[in-house]
This record gives sequence, C-alpha cells and structure tokens, in this order.
Amino acid sequence: MIATKSIKFFTILAVVFSSLTCFAASGGSTDTKEGQVNTPESINAYIKHHLADSHDFALYSYTNDAGERKHVGFPLPVIVWTSKGLKTFMSSEFHHNDDGHVIVEKGDVKLVKIHSKIYELNEGADHVVFDAHHHATNAHKVLDFSITKSVFGMLLAGLLMLLGFSSLARGYKKGAIPTGVGRLLEPLVLYVRDDIARPNIGEKKYKKFMPYLLTVFFFIWILNLLGLTPLGFNVTGQIAVTACLAIFTAVIYLTNGSKDFWAHTLWMPGVPKILRPVLALIELVGFVLIKPFSLLVRLFANITAGHFVVMSLIALMITLKNQFGPVASTGMSLLLTLFISVIEILVAFLQAFIFTMLSALFIGMAVEEHDHEHAH
Amino acid sequence: MEQLLNDFSPGLFFMQVLILGIILFLMFKFAWKPILNSLNEREEGIQNALDEADNARKEMQNLQADNQRLLNEARAERDEMLKEAREMKNKMIEDAKEEANAAAAKLMEQAQATIETEKKAAISELKSQVANLSIEIAEKVVREELSNKDKQVKLVESMLGEATLN
Repeated sequence: MIATKSIKFFTILAVVFSSLTCFAASGGSTDTKEGQVNTPESINAYIKHHLADSHDFALYSYTNDAGERKHVGFPLPVIVWTSKGLKTFMSSEFHHNDDGHVIVEKGDVKLVKIHSKIYELNEGADHVVFDAHHHATNAHKVLDFSITKSVFGMLLAGLLMLLGFSSLARGYKKGAIPTGVGRLLEPLVLYVRDDIARPNIGEKKYKKFMPYLLTVFFFIWILNLLGLTPLGFNVTGQIAVTACLAIFTAVIYLTNGSKDFWAHTLWMPGVPKILRPVLALIELVGFVLIKPFSLLVRLFANITAGHFVVMSLIALMITLKNQFGPVASTGMSLLLTLFISVIEILVAFLQAFIFTMLSALFIGMAVEEHDHEHAH
Repeated sequence: MEQLLNDFSPGLFFMQVLILGIILFLMFKFAWKPILNSLNEREEGIQNALDEADNARKEMQNLQADNQRLLNEARAERDEMLKEAREMKNKMIEDAKEEANAAAAKLMEQAQATIETEKKAAISELKSQVANLSIEIAEKVVREELSNKDKQVKLVESMLGEATLN
C-alpha cells in the first residue's frame, strides 16, 4: 500500500520536474528584456497580472549570470475557438510574452496574448496595432476554453475534494466512526448540515440541497486556501468563477420555489392591489438579479482585495527601501504580510461560509411554505 | 465596471460551469450520498440506542419496584407466619400444660385412692395380724400359765378379781 503510494507520488514528481526543466529551457531565451519587479509601475503591473487568470503555471523567475530572464513553471494547454475552428497548443508557444509581440500561427490563424487574453489577428494583419488606450485595434478576442491556471486550480480543488471525501465515505463502510482524514472532515460536513442548511432551509427540505451546499462550501474554501499558498492561484477572484457559482445558486432557488414563494413574489397578499405589480417587479429583480449579483461580487471582491493587499504589503519591502533602508522595510513588510495573511485565512473560511449561508438562506426563502391560518 | 466586464472570460465561465457540474455529480455520487446516509444511519442508531437504554432503565425500575413489592409481601407473610407459629406454640404449651396438669391430678387421685385402699387393706391386715398375734400370745401365755396349778389358780383368781372389779 505504502509502496504503491510512494511510486505514484514519485511518478507525478518526475513528470512535473521534467516538464519544468524543458519549460525553463524554452522559456528564457527570447524574454530577456523583462527585468526584475522593482519600480512602483512594474509592481502594479505584476499585481494586476497576478490577479488576472494566466495561461501558464509560473512558480518563479530569475535572471541568470548571462543576463537572461528565466521562468520556472510549467505550460498549460491552450484551447481556443477561433474564426477557423478549434485550435489547441501548449502555452509555452507564447514564450511568456504577454503584450502581443509573439505571434503563434496555427494553420491560417494568427494568435497573440495580451494581458492574459488571447486575441486573433484580423485577416491580413501581421502584427498587433494598439490605440492610445492600449487596446488592440486589428485583433479580436477568441472564445478561450484553455486549461488556464484557474481551471487547473479548480481541477485540483475538485480532485482534493473527491479524494478526501470519498475516503471519508469509504471509511463509513468499516465503522460508524471515521478514522484518519475523515475525522477532520466529518465535523465540517456536520457543521454545514447542522449550522448552515438546517436552520436556513428547514428540517423538512434541507436534505435535497445538502450536496450542492456541501460542494460549494468546500469548493470555495479549498480554492480560497489554495489562493493563499505561494502557488498563487486566484480562482475565486475571477469574476467568471464567482458568477458561475452565483448563477448556480440562483437557478437552484428559482427552480425549487414553492407555490407560496411565487404567490408572495408575484402577487403579494395583504397589500393594495395597485402596489402589487410594483412589489412584484421589486421582488423579481431582487431574486433574479440583485441577490445573485451580491453573492458574486462579495466573493470576488473579498478575495481580490485580499490578494491585492497581501501583494502590496510584500511589495512594501521594495517601495519603502529608499525611505527606511532594506532591513526596516523588509521587517515591516514581513510583519504586516504575516498579520494580513492570518486574517486572510479567516477570510478564506468566512467567504466560503457566507456564500454557502446566503445560498441556504435564499433557498430557504424560496422553498418555505406558509401556513395560511395567520393573517399576513 | 468596464474593467470587470473586460475581465469576465466567457471561456472560463463555460469551463467553470462544466467543472462545477462534473464535481457536483461526482461528489454527489461518491461522497455526499454515502456520507450523508451513513451520518443519518449513525444518528438514528444512536437515537435508537438511547431510546432502548431509556426503556431498559424504565423496565429495570419497574422490575426493581416489583421486586421491592414482592419482598415486602414476603416479609409481611413471614412475619404473619412467625406470629401464627408463636401463637400456636404458646397454645400448644398451654394445652400441654393443662393436659399434664389434668393427668397429674388424675394420677394423684388414683394414687391417693390406691394409697387409701392399700392403707385400709394394710390396716385390716394389721388388725387381723394383731388379733392372731394376740391370740397366739394369749394362747402361749395361757398355756404357760396353765402348766402350773398354782399359777392357774392365781390367774383365775386375778382374773376373777379383775372381773369383779369390772
């Protein structure tokens, strides 16, 4: 058992390292003018770059003795739907270029990467032309289904969840009390069930929504925590991801709305008839737009802000070096970053909790059945 | 807002829908369903065990109460029996005493009667013996006396003398 496990582990390690080295070899050669990150402008650009999704998995970069910039990490597959159909290739073909200078030709399609977005050059163009606002004028975005860093993070989180919880599930076959990692996971499952689902949805109907709430809770939490590791994921800080989560919640509570819920939303009893359409409009907008929007923005903004603050505090050691000297600025940066990182660990849990809690609350509002004995 | 819309990647959104859908399905099938079922089963099991323990305790209490009642009844019965036995004993002793007394009295009476008759018989026998003895003595004396003429005469004389006195 242990032997097979360690063999698996070393195989994965070997695969990762072999791809690392070839990536490093192919990456560095063309990209030498990009220097170290040591001015406020480059720091801002760096943070912005981190907050955006990325097409390759960069671990770190350095400048070697020959003055070449080397990147260590591994490439991820790019899958794009262009005007000429589906194109796939590895992200290493962009050679870490992010400003549209490296053109990848696939058949008769020319592709460039600008600020982590992949653009297709219009017919006849052979290089990107930018306007005054640094928008490409002769290229358009393509539908990008790439396994980006965020997608990779989601797959990783999904794999972690599946491994952890299926081991917990298997543990129950051996005995009613879980052992090993299950002992840690079971209280969390119970917490979601007893403190989030039951009180908000109600004893009668909570069971149906447990799988969704549990999945969302652990998915967000694991991704938030992954974002705090030096791997530098920023999955829950991608608005597309939080939008998807919020829309899932909205679809679930809208499709499970009880008769009472729709009656109260669309034709509020006990209110003057003239006001009812107005109220219906307000309620509908609230449930269809505002509530999902609040969910998606809350998660996105909290995580993005957290990453932004942590990275800015790390950057303090460079920006304050002139005023305070290298030792003091590094010390301040370390202390503040540590402090905020600890808070971010709390925020990682809190945001997962709030998202799940509000999802449960909205579902609870939708499935609630009123007894009509009392007057409204 | 424009920045946000620019950051929104439809491709990433699509991938997220796909991945979340797949994760939901896999987690439901391989994790949440068995976990939630097992948790439910375990909780029901615990509830049942608690209920059973409660019932058992109640039964135990009932049994103990029954035992106590039985014990008290047995104790009362024993006391009753002891009392009866004591009374019976006393009565038997009394009866025996009375009977013994009666028998003793009867025996005494009989003994006394026997003693009386024996006494009478003894007295009468003594009387007859005494009479015979005195006759014999008298005979012997008379014979002795009458063997000698003088003495005979004297005797007759004395007797006569006495007889005259009478």
